[in-house]
Amino acid sequence: MTAKARAVRKPPYPLRARILDIVSHGGLALVALVFLFPFFWMVSNAVRGNNEVLAVPPRLLPNEYQWGNFLEAWLHLPFGRFFLNSFIVAGGVTAITVVVSCLAAYAFARLKFPGREGILVAYLGTLMIPQVMLVIPLFLIVSRIGWINTYQGMILPMAFSSFGAFLLRQFFLSIPRELEEAALIDGASRLRILVSIIVPLALPAIGLLALFTFIGQWNNFLWPLIVVNGLDYATLPLGLTMFQTQQGTAWNYIMAGAALSMIPGVVLAVVLQQVIYKGITLGSGFGGR
Amino acid sequence: MAELAATPARTAPPRRRSRITAHEARTAVLFLLPSFLGFVAFMLFPIVASLGLSFTNWQLLSAPQFVGFSNYVRLLTTDPSFFTVLGNTLFFTVEYLVLNIVIALGLAVWISSLKRGQRWFRVIFFIPTFTPTIAVSVVWLLIFTPGGVVDYLFQTLSLAFPNMLLDGNLAMQAVIIVTLWANVGYNMVLFNAALDLVPQSYLEAAKIDGASAWDRFWKIRLPLISPTIFFGTVMTAITSLQVFDQIYVITRGGPGSSTATLGFAIYTNGFQNYQMGYASALAWVMFLIIMLLTGFQFWLQRKWVHYDS
Repeated sequence: MTAKARAVRKPPYPLRARILDIVSHGGLALVALVFLFPFFWMVSNAVRGNNEVLAVPPRLLPNEYQWGNFLEAWLHLPFGRFFLNSFIVAGGVTAITVVVSCLAAYAFARLKFPGREGILVAYLGTLMIPQVMLVIPLFLIVSRIGWINTYQGMILPMAFSSFGAFLLRQFFLSIPRELEEAALIDGASRLRILVSIIVPLALPAIGLLALFTFIGQWNNFLWPLIVVNGLDYATLPLGLTMFQTQQGTAWNYIMAGAALSMIPGVVLAVVLQQVIYKGITLGSGFGGR
Repeated sequence: MAELAATPARTAPPRRRSRITAHEARTAVLFLLPSFLGFVAFMLFPIVASLGLSFTNWQLLSAPQFVGFSNYVRLLTTDPSFFTVLGNTLFFTVEYLVLNIVIALGLAVWISSLKRGQRWFRVIFFIPTFTPTIAVSVVWLLIFTPGGVVDYLFQTLSLAFPNMLLDGNLAMQAVIIVTLWANVGYNMVLFNAALDLVPQSYLEAAKIDGASAWDRFWKIRLPLISPTIFFGTVMTAITSLQVFDQIYVITRGGPGSSTATLGFAIYTNGFQNYQMGYASALAWVMFLIIMLLTGFQFWLQRKWVHYDS
């Protein structure tokens, strides 16, 4: 068969394929558009007067745009305060988790000590423990030491999940030992080796751990619900549940608060999409949904 | 000769070695200590305490009294709501799990077949998984609320469809819709990534041999990604048995107790009725179910999961 004959035979196929392609892309675009509706509806309702929210018939777009609702929600409700609290708690848990997990993972991956396998198994065994089972005794501990309505009470009980140590151990094991041996012979301390050799090489895994820990805590609801009362220490998810009052629900402000609470996650998901995609492929399982 | 040479060589190093090992073990203890102390204080101790509490009648203010198995007996015999709650939880888990895996797989296959825009479709469906479930839930509460946009849609289509949140049979369906919207993107990305790792050469070879797209999916791609599907199924099952946030915001377990799940019942018993002992017993039942379901899935996987041999 000559190249010419092949070229003659091909044309009918591409046309059909191209139509199928367009239909397939268009179909999924339509699905995606419907899928995005809740985001649109949230923002559209955040910037209208509350009397317009449940208007009959519903208006897709507000009659009168009230962009000031965001400012109002941020300053007076006070979603700004909730935002700060969420940031402190998620940031605190993430920082502790990363440091503590790096240290523990290095011990598990590189150092010999009695009971290593046993402790690792104990760590692994707790991965299936439901959070709601832990919060009852955790509440008793935290209230006993007077940590209700404190940042340490919100941060510390969440900062020692064994998952991080296990994840990083797996990654550290894949780093060739030869890289540290020269440094060991030169008399470098283990801490020095961890900080200047292992951590830089493991940055992708550490970054993913930090990302998923931060998002997980930013979105956490159950623990703040239990350990916080009142507005001062409320995080964003907790704050969002506080505005259904006797006078009625301030839907527009709640929607503005919901939008604010989604900003970090949306930005991180879009900016880091390739990193997340590759990280999820690593198959280490950042918690199924 | 060889033995003679080997013996002194063996006796000399161990001493030096044991000194190094002792030093290494000390370093290890220092490295592990922060993690281990946190683990003991906030994981191990609470687990043991929870088990202990489940055999007491502690009501927060009174001193705890040992009551043996009576919490467990109560939930199995006298608590009228336990089996409702258990049924709701299993109903939610099974329906949600099946829909989640099927939709995530469908979307993953659809996206992987596209010539362009894969990245953007992927990120659109993934975004809700990075947002707070509570925020997602309040938005959907507005969508489903009586007089809201869903009600209006059914009215304009002249369909006599009850408000989902006010109907005992439909409220759980609303919760499942919200949970799917919020989380299906995670497994979608997981499956999509696995599909991308299927070697093109396998698919090309099958194509040349005349296998249809249908056959290529069921006989090549699906078996090859089955370990990933299994992993996604196990993780999703564990989290969906614990469902709480959406129910707290959207239905508060209602109407009646038609959407009260185990997670919600543990919260209300423990932190609204202050029956910490009883709530702990419920939590252990949940843990038991998680382990049973996970064990069952591991048993089942031999029938459908393919690993490279």
